[in-house]
Amino acid sequence: MCGVRAGGGSNDVQWCFSQVKGAIDDDVAEADIISTVEFNHSGELLATGDKGGRVVIFQQEIENKSQPQCRSEYNVYSTFQSHEPEFDYLKSLEIEEKINKIRWLPQKNAAQFLLSTNDKTIKLWKISERDKRPEGYNLKEEDGRYIDPNTVTALRVPVFRPMDLMVEASPRRVFANAHTYHINSISINSDHETYLSADDLRINLWHQEITDRSFNIVDIKPANMEELTEVITAAEFHPHQCNTFVYSSSKGTIRLCDMRESALCDKYSKLFEEPEDPSNRSFFSEIISSISDVKFSHNGRYMMTRDYLSVKIWDLNMENRPVETYQVHEYLRSKLCSLYENDCIFDKFECCWNGNDSVVMTGSYNNFFRMFDRGQRRDMTLEASRESSKPRQVLKPRKVCAGGKRKKDEISVDSLDFNKKILHTAWHPQDNIIAVATTNNLYIFQDKVN
Amino acid sequence: MDVSAEAKRIMAVSISKLYASRTQRGGMRLHRCLLLSVVMRSARDLYHSACLAKEREELGTAQPVPVTATEEKGEAMDTTTSGDQVDMSRVETEPEPSLTPTLTEEIQTSSDPESTQGPPKPAKISGKNTVEDKENRSPVSPDRHSRKRRGKASVAPDFLPSKRARLSLELGEERAIRTGQRNCCRSGDSLITMSLNSNRAIAAF
Repeated sequence: MCGVRAGGGSNDVQWCFSQVKGAIDDDVAEADIISTVEFNHSGELLATGDKGGRVVIFQQEIENKSQPQCRSEYNVYSTFQSHEPEFDYLKSLEIEEKINKIRWLPQKNAAQFLLSTNDKTIKLWKISERDKRPEGYNLKEEDGRYIDPNTVTALRVPVFRPMDLMVEASPRRVFANAHTYHINSISINSDHETYLSADDLRINLWHQEITDRSFNIVDIKPANMEELTEVITAAEFHPHQCNTFVYSSSKGTIRLCDMRESALCDKYSKLFEEPEDPSNRSFFSEIISSISDVKFSHNGRYMMTRDYLSVKIWDLNMENRPVETYQVHEYLRSKLCSLYENDCIFDKFECCWNGNDSVVMTGSYNNFFRMFDRGQRRDMTLEASRESSKPRQVLKPRKVCAGGKRKKDEISVDSLDFNKKILHTAWHPQDNIIAVATTNNLYIFQDKVN
Repeated sequence: MDVSAEAKRIMAVSISKLYASRTQRGGMRLHRCLLLSVVMRSARDLYHSACLAKEREELGTAQPVPVTATEEKGEAMDTTTSGDQVDMSRVETEPEPSLTPTLTEEIQTSSDPESTQGPPKPAKISGKNTVEDKENRSPVSPDRHSRKRRGKASVAPDFLPSKRARLSLELGEERAIRTGQRNCCRSGDSLITMSLNSNRAIAAF
């Protein structure tokens, strides 16, 4: 396969700008705000969802397949409106069309399938190509008009002729009315038949073919809602064990559940929790410990969690503390009050693994994103900006000055733009190609090709 | 006083965010409301302790243990980074007298059908209310199966000030406090009781 393998660590890799998608205007339309980014299993397709309920799929086109190292480009493959705004008349609430998550199904045939979800409804979409069409009907003209049967004097068999490639997206299943609270996660099981969807208080198990029922497998809603102390923030199936899934909470805990134990997995099999450092206690300790994302490693041995200030790697065999902790932007700890007032403290950052689980990546503010090389214990801060968008321009590592004298090329904490945040990032499953979403632009960076 | 002023400010910010989330598109987010209410309760507890300590000082009946705890908490609750060891376990959650069993039961009933109510209505509860608070009862009551339209009597009575007026009243008092530095606890009580609405915000989901 063409492209650079994700074998080396982050300091071996020189990241170069490849492409940027989206409008150049500074005036961002709310509907264009990107809300999710996801590569498919081969990395050939890259899907984005936005606040306007649209899904845009990019397809990788490789420059020169014969060369071992070559550049690839992602071009628009399909665009469709996945969700529309709805109104719940019983509760007098509007249901946003924003796409919260997209997950690709493993490919089984020529067509591609993905699940997309908003706050309440999950949809299964089929994306298929049509590059030929039947021609030569007896009773229809080429433009579709019907011929008077009395004028037909001869019969012929219609044949397929090539046509311009057309990519069609059609909704195959709609999984609705199963969630009272807002859906935050969907995850496809390794059994290729079922998937889970999670909202604030419940997790449901679905079969991909069955839309009129789902099984509730986790329910943390207390009998008295005033006793509510934590909510579910993310959930994911284990990549290989179809009976295992994890869900994270707003209190910074992760529960691993085994569906073989009981129908309702309220009792966890493992509870991952790190004791809080009392010296860091503040008004906002609970908020910043809330986990915004949880992702299993590709090999299934580890999982990664993202809270407001850090990324933690957990060994599934050790529950009492993470094996690795990486500070994303520790300089923000003294700014929590301001971040609370401007709502930034509620931002939900995602995180992702590279193909061989050696590097992890997550976003930050000022359009910065961070990479942590686990093996070499190195970290890097890069920026997705229009200024660094010349073709194949190598990205320069950035540095934030937390205090004291600011060096040249460093940025002081007070200069950071908190409106420019990178919440969603994705890493190609095999190659060193990353997709980084700023507010309304999608940046694609690649490893430098010599 | 810095600490209690900061706590009061955070409470006011939290309350205004909770109110603002009612009109948010997509409905109130449970996670966000929970976090807001947690912060608000911490701020309220700290503020209350600070006020109690101040009252005791003024009355000249200072008790060493609470004062020390307050000072420690003061450092702990300093929102700038502090390396001091803090014993947060001393911050006791104020028992909430207004949550009578009757009210609690009604909330349980109302939250049961997973809210056919609209956006939650943070009820006004006074600190010493031990009587069933009928005007602030959720519209979905135990006889919810009855489709009979409710009469005007069950709607919030006119003599209660509107909630918006209440909020601006609290914030107005807060400003007055900062300049006047008087009646700290009395107006603080209003903010504290207002902060009890955090329970309503969650219970109404």
